[in-house]
Amino acid sequence: MLIPCPCCGPRSVAEFTYGGDATLVRPPADSTDPDAWCRYVYARANPKGAHLELWQHSGGCRCWLRVVRDTANHTIMRVELLGPWAEAIERKRVAAE
Amino acid sequence: MSAGGRLVDRAQPVHARFDGQPLQGYAGDTLASALLASGRRVVGRSFKYHRPRGLLAAGPEEPNALVTLRDGGRREPNIPATTVELFEGLVAESQNRWPSLDHDLLALFGLGGPLLQAGFYYKTFMGPTAKAWRLYEPWIRRAAGLGRAGRDPDPDRYDKASLWCDVLVIGAGPAGLAAAAEAAGSGRRVVLAEQTPRLGGSGLLDDSDAVVAAEAALAASPDVTILRRTTVWGAYDGMVLAAVERLADHLPAPPPDLPRQRLWRIHAREVVLATGAVERPMVFPGNDLPGVMLADAVLRYALLWGVAAGRRIAVLTNHDRGHEVARRLAGLGLQVTAVIDPRPTAATAAETAALGITVYHGHLVAAVEGRHMVRGLRLAGVDGSAGPVLDADTLAVAGGWTPLVQLASQAGAQPIWDERRQTFLPGPLPTGWRAVGACAGDGLPEVAPLPDVTRRHRGKAFVDLQNDVTAEDVRLAVREGFGSVEHLKRYTTLGMATDQGRTSSVNGLALLAAARDVPIAELGTTRFRPPFAPVALGALAGRSRGAHLRPERRTPMHDWHLAHGAEMYETGLWLRPRAYLRPGETVATAYVREAKAVREAVGIVDVSTLGKIDVQGPDSATFLDRLYCNAMASLPVGKARYGLMLREDGMVFDDGTAWRLGPDRFLVTTTTANAATVLGHLEHLLAVVWPELRVVVTSVTDQWAGMAVAGPHSREVLAAALDGVEMSHAAFPPMGVREARCGAIPVLVARLSFSGERAYEVYAPWTEGEAVWRRLLAAGEPFGIVAYGLEAMGALRIEKGHVAGPELDGRTTPADLGLGRMVSRRKSFVGSAMLDRPGLTQASRLQLVGLIAVDRQPVRAGAHLVESADRAKPGRSLGHVTSWTWSPALGRYAALGLLEGGLRHAGRRLWATYPLRREHVPVEVVHPCLYDREGARLDG
Repeated sequence: MLIPCPCCGPRSVAEFTYGGDATLVRPPADSTDPDAWCRYVYARANPKGAHLELWQHSGGCRCWLRVVRDTANHTIMRVELLGPWAEAIERKRVAAE
Repeated sequence: MSAGGRLVDRAQPVHARFDGQPLQGYAGDTLASALLASGRRVVGRSFKYHRPRGLLAAGPEEPNALVTLRDGGRREPNIPATTVELFEGLVAESQNRWPSLDHDLLALFGLGGPLLQAGFYYKTFMGPTAKAWRLYEPWIRRAAGLGRAGRDPDPDRYDKASLWCDVLVIGAGPAGLAAAAEAAGSGRRVVLAEQTPRLGGSGLLDDSDAVVAAEAALAASPDVTILRRTTVWGAYDGMVLAAVERLADHLPAPPPDLPRQRLWRIHAREVVLATGAVERPMVFPGNDLPGVMLADAVLRYALLWGVAAGRRIAVLTNHDRGHEVARRLAGLGLQVTAVIDPRPTAATAAETAALGITVYHGHLVAAVEGRHMVRGLRLAGVDGSAGPVLDADTLAVAGGWTPLVQLASQAGAQPIWDERRQTFLPGPLPTGWRAVGACAGDGLPEVAPLPDVTRRHRGKAFVDLQNDVTAEDVRLAVREGFGSVEHLKRYTTLGMATDQGRTSSVNGLALLAAARDVPIAELGTTRFRPPFAPVALGALAGRSRGAHLRPERRTPMHDWHLAHGAEMYETGLWLRPRAYLRPGETVATAYVREAKAVREAVGIVDVSTLGKIDVQGPDSATFLDRLYCNAMASLPVGKARYGLMLREDGMVFDDGTAWRLGPDRFLVTTTTANAATVLGHLEHLLAVVWPELRVVVTSVTDQWAGMAVAGPHSREVLAAALDGVEMSHAAFPPMGVREARCGAIPVLVARLSFSGERAYEVYAPWTEGEAVWRRLLAAGEPFGIVAYGLEAMGALRIEKGHVAGPELDGRTTPADLGLGRMVSRRKSFVGSAMLDRPGLTQASRLQLVGLIAVDRQPVRAGAHLVESADRAKPGRSLGHVTSWTWSPALGRYAALGLLEGGLRHAGRRLWATYPLRREHVPVEVVHPCLYDREGARLDG
């Protein structure tokens, strides 16, 4: 299984660390709603098919990525860079092409 | 045969040994062809019944002739003799026999037949006989088995490598060669993998000149990589395939520049499955006697290696190609006496008969005569009528063909039953895959379904030769309710041997279908899983063995530690000193001396392994405030603070310190064990949760060497060793952070204590670590400075009740650890929302306590805390001991533990019970801080 890292190119899955469901949004800091926190911390869907998830290129550039993976056959359908520098790196990449 | 053999060179004799006896063959021979040529019929003993077994096949599908090769560290069991290339000096041994192949006393198992039928493991030794099982198990396991691995370390190297290609062609038979040539012609990068040393496959039997031409053309193409002796054994997601290339298995020892085997990870855009098909035997009583062989194998031995399998050969077949093989064998000069064909007619029967071969239509083999090899065949009509007895020493069986669809099945394809050819074809394949040649069913003969002769005629009729599964075992499984293919496999072990049912799976399904009276197509097949063929553990490990299994991390002071008697201890990947042993000391006495020296004078400890993270950016303070459960934004520049990080679920994640080096800059330390995890956590928060924060984090663990100087004289030592820093209590108060110089080396100093003594942590550039360490030691010499290790550090922190790894077990909250006061109630942080859940605030939770041994017995970590004084009846566990030490300060064993209700039990006597060591030790529950609770020593 290869994950095309936007910084490093296609790399073996062994270089990456799984970061879980990427659709989860942390409740606002001042939220005291126990259900909202419970969903964020514990509740996870287990879908068959396209799954939006986080991966960190921990053995490479250490960037966090948002990846769409088909859980049935591990096809990587989309990869985006996360973090404040994502935009800058993307601009640089486009300029280089 | 005195001449011939397309693969052997009769001018080059090769000498080997089999079971201690000399064995001569020729260059190009396999161990199997040489054994057959030498007249050896019995080459192995069967798995359960120890029945004599001979060669069935000529290729890797061979179930019987498993041998152990070589000796010492290179000893390798369970290798099919058909895959072993003969080399000068080869030493091979037969398996599963005692004392010898020809006189195997363990064959008595065969007489106890019904005892060892399918499922005997589960039935015979259940219930009241469970005790008997314990008695018999080692004996049965030894008797029923395969070869034994060697005990010495393997001296050879194994490599791993990756390959990228447009087209991977698996199998270099005629179809594979054609597919590779076609792909190479279109300019694509092609890898052609062939498991045998020779390209050609079945083409070698037909037109070997065409094979030579095709091979030469491919070898000349720059786009083609040919991997010989390479078995593709796994198909994984994302078009990744695993293969093993046996670079030096055919040599006495690998040459110095070659690994023994290489594991390939192949990334392919397209996979062409050209794995071909293997011939199937038939199931009839006595079908396992040496001399019963696959017809294709008999032809291969004759044509490729010039070996006659026998002197009087009968052919049993249910298709026209079987007749063709009989005629080819006769054409090669072998004496073929009969063709037995259950069908009433055969298209080419007249041609067969014209060669003087008697054709028995409508007949089957009902029994095989002979004890150690075939002596004769008793035929029977398909209608059950008695038939003639034939004089024969070899029965060549042609029961149809089984395409090797395993890799397609691994990749997710569902094989489909083909009634006409009585076999499973690959079925619709995943994107990027295609099957060609015999694997796709091309050229496979039409085959007549076989009537089941095993109900009518007595005697063991084997389906799976390697696991000794009989037709009766299959029927037994159905009677006992294990009638699905998956259940049948697990209950009888059919197809679960090292040959993975290559020659047995279809016959097993046919018997299962007959027993259940359903069509085979309805049964389906079991899903195949990697590996397609056995892979040596050495190849899977590659270079990751010994010191390469885990890299080793050393601090800059490593050599100094070793030179000063340090006994090193692995913590994660790091090597750290446990204690520095002086002559005559053990770790147990050395750490007590070291800890005492810290309390009474001064000590120095290497803390370079702590995780260190540089945090920079305008929002650094805000970020750390959200990260730690205690306040951080208020930390002034030039100060450090102890910090506790929680997980989102409210449990303690890690502890460490944060040093404010500037308005926008912090140095964060973590525990040694969690350094990488904490960094990943910080990066996750910054990239995913709060991307708006302008903060950058960088690991500086390997940039800063760290050492802690602790003890009443620590200030004097630093004052003597460092310049550019005012050391007085007022100028450098507890928790202060200062820059200084040690000679010319810039250092960072923080007044932090983990031991309860006045102490300083000194951080120096990694490469200068040892220099600073030596200067501090030199400066400390007048004060009696000692280097101390992990054990003394542990003793000091346990005396002070400081928590560490054993207490931060992922199930403890700050309150559980007595750190509830640290938790800020005025801000939101990671874990704050979940911290007040009722389950995390119960008074009965396991909470940190100190424990002091009442007598002189040790209180060990892992012991459970109980109320009962009776070792035999300890009663319910109230908690457990997490860390323990001999406390030099108290003169007793002391420990930390997690106890239900924590300090509500203060002053009580409990017992620390450790049943495995038969220890039951009285302890007193006390406050976790056992020494200097006022902290008077800290400020000195």
